Amino acid sequence: MGRSVIPIGPYHPLQEEPELFTLTVEGERIVEVDVRIGYNHRGIEKLSESKSFDNSTFVVERICGICSTSHPFAYVRAVEDIFPMEVPDRAKYIRTIIAEGERIHSHLLWLGLAGHFLGYNTVYMWAWKLREEILDVMEILSGNRNNYAMFTPGGVRRDIRPQDIPVVLAKIDSIVPTLEMLRDAILDDPVLHARLKGVGVLTKEKAIEFSALGPTSRASGVARDVRKDSPYGVYDRVDWKMIVTSNGDVFDKAVVRILEMFESIGIVRQCFEALPEGPINAGIESIPPGEGIGHIEAPRGETFHYVRSDGTNRAIRHKVRAPTFMNLPTYKATIVGETISDATIILASIDPCYCCTERMAVRNHRGRLLYDGEALVELSRAKTENLKRRMGRT
Amino acid sequence: MSLKLKALLKSPWVFHLSTGSCNNCDIETLDCLTPRFDVERFGILLAGSIKHADVLLVSGSCNRMSAEKLKTLYEQVPKPCLVVGIGTCTGSRGIFIDSYNCPVPLDKIIPVDAYIPGCPPKPEAIIAGVVKLIEKVGKG
Repeated sequence: MGRSVIPIGPYHPLQEEPELFTLTVEGERIVEVDVRIGYNHRGIEKLSESKSFDNSTFVVERICGICSTSHPFAYVRAVEDIFPMEVPDRAKYIRTIIAEGERIHSHLLWLGLAGHFLGYNTVYMWAWKLREEILDVMEILSGNRNNYAMFTPGGVRRDIRPQDIPVVLAKIDSIVPTLEMLRDAILDDPVLHARLKGVGVLTKEKAIEFSALGPTSRASGVARDVRKDSPYGVYDRVDWKMIVTSNGDVFDKAVVRILEMFESIGIVRQCFEALPEGPINAGIESIPPGEGIGHIEAPRGETFHYVRSDGTNRAIRHKVRAPTFMNLPTYKATIVGETISDATIILASIDPCYCCTERMAVRNHRGRLLYDGEALVELSRAKTENLKRRMGRT
Repeated sequence: MSLKLKALLKSPWVFHLSTGSCNNCDIETLDCLTPRFDVERFGILLAGSIKHADVLLVSGSCNRMSAEKLKTLYEQVPKPCLVVGIGTCTGSRGIFIDSYNCPVPLDKIIPVDAYIPGCPPKPEAIIAGVVKLIEKVGKG
């Protein structure tokens, strides 16, 4: 049978981000998949190296709008890892509350989009309606719906006011019945069972082989969660359980995410109950030379940041690894052999985030590195100068 | 006002383009369609194909790869069409102005009718911006 190539993207109405999938099909069956990204590359690592440690949190926040807590959280942990220091208890609790709030809204967002990808807009509308309530909570706590700007090396920027806590708890209580209804409706829905069960299966062996992270791996039975394995914030002080399922299909990935939202609500409640008094910032004066790593469990998996300092107020190297970078290759295992009609939901099942993943290296076809970091900077400076000259901006 | 423009303003179908944004503006744009904000009240619909679109909602700070695609896509929109830049990135490139991969602002690539500033702008701001633009074009 002849092969044909179906491009999806880069600007496809279903995707809110630009990326190009090239599906090679034989009839209805997909035999090969290729992903091209780069439409979102903004040079975050380089930008971050040009800003002070304190200001960099704003840049890493804008790596991705949905992970706008995960990246700053991992970044400040990397900075705090450079030298021995202790973050105040209250700051740890506030950090955990914000991180879990983000997890709830991110999972609801995925759930809605998954419904949208299936053409099941009822799920989309319900999930996003619920998400608004969570965004209200985040707006009360941080002052903004998406970019919270709560994190700073050594603590948090903004305290939680005592009068806000009952309002927030009441709001969280009010969404739980609706969320339970949504959970039962989705888990019992015969349409969703027919569309999702047994589709895009990632086996446990493949998940380990591809080093899948987050809900993508937990749905395949790999019990791995940074919050349990290497606790940060106050995850070791609150009671919660890791959600692990064994089938690895899209349905299980949805189940993991839905059940995780309830765990997150539990964590947030416990954090508010145990919120101690005290300072919210350790007040870092200067950062000595050294290097540090920070990793946290983002809604999509482990986010990893590396920062090297030479004793000035800027990082001389900042490396970011987003969870989607590890989850993307699992397409090779999940999508091959499936039909074209299931492609969109399988592509969406890892909750991909391409603007997180946009890092860059230039290699030739044999895999040899053509340009290292410094050569790329020289190249880009020359090119920017050229462009500016051409546009008359001297 | 031409008949075409009048028809466009009655029920503007929007197409949404991310040219290197952080996703936030895109999510807030989609948020406008969901029950709390529900822009379908004003006849605003998300179009499936760019060839059905009346309004282009562009977000992000135009990097090198997407700038070329953006030009191609703009050529495919049936004219007259309106272009709205969502977010600070489209207006001033915001925090990314020093980036090596965001060389030119949006209005150097395609003509822009309105900017909605904010990082990200709230859905209310997006709706207000689009409604203001429609009013302005309606008055001529």
